Amino acid sequence: MKRSILALGAFALALALVVPVAADAKTFRYSTSGDVIGMDPHINNEGPTNAMKGNIYEGLVHRLPDLKVVPSLATEWSQPEPTIWRFKLRQGVKFHDGTPFTADDVVFSFARINGEQSDMNTYVTTVKEVKKIDDFTVDFITKGPDPILHQNLTLFFIMSKAWSEKNNTTLPIRGTSAESYANRFAMGTGPFKLVERVPDTRTVLEPNKEWWGKPTHNLDRVEFRPIANNATRVAALLSGEIDMMYPVPLQDVPRLSQTAGVKVMEGPELRTIFLGFDQARDELLYSNVKGKNPFKDVRVRRAFYQALDMEQIKRVVMRGASTPTGLMIAPGIVGFDAELNKRYPFDADGAKKLLVEAGYPQGFEVQLDCPNDRYVNDEAICLAVVPMLARIGVTVKLFAQTKGKHFDKIGLKENRNTSFFMLGWTPGTYDGHNALSNLMTMRAKGSGSNNSGAYTNPKVEDLAEKIEVETDPKKRLEMMHEAMRIHKEDFGHLPLHQQALAWGVRDTVAEIIQRPYNDVDLRFVKLK
Amino acid sequence: MTAFVVRRLMQAVLVMLTVGFIAFTMFNFIGDPVNNLVGPDATAEDRERIRVSLGLDRPFYVQYVKFLANAVQGQFGTSFRLGMKVTTVLAERMPATLELVFSAALISLCIGVPLGVYTGIHRRGVLSRVFLTFSLIGISLPTFLIGILLILIFSVYLKWLPSFGRGQVVDLGWWSTGFLTQSGLRSLILPAITLGLFQTTLIMRLVRAEMLEVMRTDYIKFARARGLSRRAINFGHALKNTLVPVITITGLQIGGLIAFAIITETVFQWPGMGLLFLQAIQYADVPVMSCYLILVALMFVMINLAVDLLYYAVDPRLRADRGAVRGRQV
Repeated sequence: MKRSILALGAFALALALVVPVAADAKTFRYSTSGDVIGMDPHINNEGPTNAMKGNIYEGLVHRLPDLKVVPSLATEWSQPEPTIWRFKLRQGVKFHDGTPFTADDVVFSFARINGEQSDMNTYVTTVKEVKKIDDFTVDFITKGPDPILHQNLTLFFIMSKAWSEKNNTTLPIRGTSAESYANRFAMGTGPFKLVERVPDTRTVLEPNKEWWGKPTHNLDRVEFRPIANNATRVAALLSGEIDMMYPVPLQDVPRLSQTAGVKVMEGPELRTIFLGFDQARDELLYSNVKGKNPFKDVRVRRAFYQALDMEQIKRVVMRGASTPTGLMIAPGIVGFDAELNKRYPFDADGAKKLLVEAGYPQGFEVQLDCPNDRYVNDEAICLAVVPMLARIGVTVKLFAQTKGKHFDKIGLKENRNTSFFMLGWTPGTYDGHNALSNLMTMRAKGSGSNNSGAYTNPKVEDLAEKIEVETDPKKRLEMMHEAMRIHKEDFGHLPLHQQALAWGVRDTVAEIIQRPYNDVDLRFVKLK
Repeated sequence: MTAFVVRRLMQAVLVMLTVGFIAFTMFNFIGDPVNNLVGPDATAEDRERIRVSLGLDRPFYVQYVKFLANAVQGQFGTSFRLGMKVTTVLAERMPATLELVFSAALISLCIGVPLGVYTGIHRRGVLSRVFLTFSLIGISLPTFLIGILLILIFSVYLKWLPSFGRGQVVDLGWWSTGFLTQSGLRSLILPAITLGLFQTTLIMRLVRAEMLEVMRTDYIKFARARGLSRRAINFGHALKNTLVPVITITGLQIGGLIAFAIITETVFQWPGMGLLFLQAIQYADVPVMSCYLILVALMFVMINLAVDLLYYAVDPRLRADRGAVRGRQV
C-alpha cells in the first residue's frame, strides 16, 4: 500500500515535469515596466492603467488610435442646449456576466466616479448631473457650456450597477483600512474580459465572445506580464518569451533593430517636455540676483531660449529619439499648429547680446530643478542645458531629485518653490485648453495648478476663458492658436521636445497600432 | 536557557520598534505618496482630500504611533498601490522568496562544501586554482550583472531557460509552490544560481580555510598513521570538524539571502517580497514598506536566535562552562 502511494506520487511528479503547458493558439504576450495599478475604473488615473481598463470597460465614446472620438456605448449624441448633452445608448449590450446595459448603469457610474476618493472625476468635473430620460437615453447637464465634453468621456468607464451593488463596491475606495473588490476584479462591457490577475506577475484577458462590435483583433488570449528591469525586458523579447514590450531603453534601440525577428517602432509621444521660469516673485528664490527677478524681462527668457541647441540635445542626449518642439502641445492635440511649432533658431551670440541689453553682461546664477526618474533622460537633458547656458554667462546649479520630491517642490504643495524647472505635460483631454488651463494661466478658478512659474498674460487669460465656453470648433481653434502664439512670443516657457516612443515588437505580431499616448489598445492587435 | 530566549525575544521587540521608527522617519524623504496615487490633472483640493483620507496629513510620529497601535492588533493596513491588505500581499509573496532562498542556500551548500573540501585537500592542484579564480568572480561580480549575464547566455542565446517570472505555480493551501511544475522548476534555476553564487563562493572559501586548519591537526595525522582510508579521513573526520562554523555562517547568511533577494528578484521579475518592496519604494507605498521592514527585522532576529541556540547545542564546551559556573555558585 505504502509503496503504491509512493509510486503514484512519483508518477504525478514525473507527469508534472514532463507534460508541457499546452501552447495556446494566438496568445499575445506583452510587457511594460510596471504593472497596472488596479482594475477599478474610477480611481488610479494613470496612462497604462487606463489603457488596460479600456480593454475591459467601455465609455460612452471611444478614442481611436488617430485620436478621433467615435461612438461606443452611446450610438449618437447631440447638444440640444448649450448646457445639455443628450446621449442615445446602444441597445442589446451585455456586461460580461450577462446583465443588460441600460441608462441606470450610466447614472450609477456617474455617481460612483464622483465618489470621495476618486481621481477620475477630473473627466466629468463640468457635469452637474446625469439624468435618465428613458432606458436608452441620458442627458448630461453641465455647469456651463462645455464644448468638449465628449472628448473627456472616453475615460468615463461604465460599470454594472447590479454587479457593484452585489459585491459591495459602489464607491471607489483606497485607504489604510479598506480593500476594494472592484480593484481586483472587473465586470465591463468591453471586447475583453478579465480572466486572471496576479498583481506584479500577470493579467490575463480573453476576448468577450458576446461583444456588440465586430472584433478587429484575432486574439484568443492575452497575457500582460510586467517586467520592471529594462535589461530583462529586452532579453525576454529577444528570447521570444513575449511578443511585444515597451519602452525600449534608448541604448538598446539600434541593437534590437538589427536583430532578426524583432523590430522597433518609434513615434513621437504626446507629452511635451519643457523648462519654465518663475515670473511672479519680485526676487528669485534661487539666484544671486537680488532685489529683482531677471525672468520678468522677456529678453532674458528669449536669451535662454536661443541658447538651447535642441538639435544637439536630440543627437547626443536623446540619441535621435526626440522631436524638438516650439509649442507646448504635441501634434495630434487640438490646438496644434505646424507653423507655430517651428522653433526660433538657435543663436548663442544673439542670446548673449540679449542678456547684455537686459543688464546682465556678466550673466547670473540660478538653480534648475529637475526630476531624475520621470522622463526619458530627464537629468541628462538638464545636465546638457548647464553648459549651453554657461556659454551665455549664466551659471546653472542643477538640483535633480526623484519625481515625487520634485513635483512637491515645484508644485502647489511647496508653493512653487522654484526659480527654473523642468516639467512634462500631456493634455489628458487631448485638447489644448487643458494645457492653457493647467500650465499657462492663473486667473480662472482651478487653473494654473501646474503653472509652476506662474506665467500669466491677460490676453491669454481672456482667450482661455472664451475657449472654455466656445462651442464653434473653428472659432475655438483660431482662439487657441492665438493664445499659443502670444505665449510663444512671450517665451512663457521653453518648450524642448516630445520624447519618442519606442516599442519592441517580434515578428509574431502581424499588426499593432502605436498610439501616441504610449499604450496598447488590444482591439487593434493581430497575430500571425 | 528560558531566560536567555526570553531576553532575546525582548530584544527582538526593541529591534523591531527601532526599525519601524527609523523607517517612518525615512518615509518623509521618498516623496508624497499622493503624487503617485492621482493623475497629473488632479486639483490641489483632490490631492488634499485624498491625503487626509489616508491620514498622510499628520506628522510622521503620529502616523508611527497609529501604525503601532494597529500592528499590535494584527492590522497592517492596505497597500496604496495594490489596494489589498498588506498581510495578504506579503503572505502571497513570501513563498516565492522563501523557495528562492531555500534553493539558493541548497545550491551554495551542495556546490560550496565539496569544492571547499577539494581545494582544501589539493592545495596546489590546477583544478583548485581554477575553482579559486572562479570563486573570486563570484565574490566580486555584483548580483545584477551575474543575473543579466546568465539571462543573456541561457535565455537569449541558448533559449534553454526562461528569463523572467516564476512559471506555473501550484497552490498547496495558502502556499504557492513552483517546485511541482516543469516551468516552475525551469524558472527557478537562473535566479537561484544568481542568488546563491556569492554564498557558494563564501562557503567554499570558508570550508577550504577550515580544512587547511584541520588537516594540520594531530588527530588527522594519527588517523593517517592508523591507515584509515583517505575518504574516511577527509569526510568522516576532517569535514565534520569544519562544519560548526559553516553551519553558523550559513544560518546567518540566510538572512543575507533574503535581503539580497531584492536585487535578484528585480532582475528576474521574481514575484517575491523583495520585488514587492522595491516597487513599494518607487510608489511610496508606506504600509507595504513598513510591514516588510519589520518582518525582515523579525526574521533577522529569529535567525540570529536560532543560530545562537544551535551553537549552544552543537558546541559542548558552552554547556560545560555554564555547568562549571553554576557548580561554583552552589
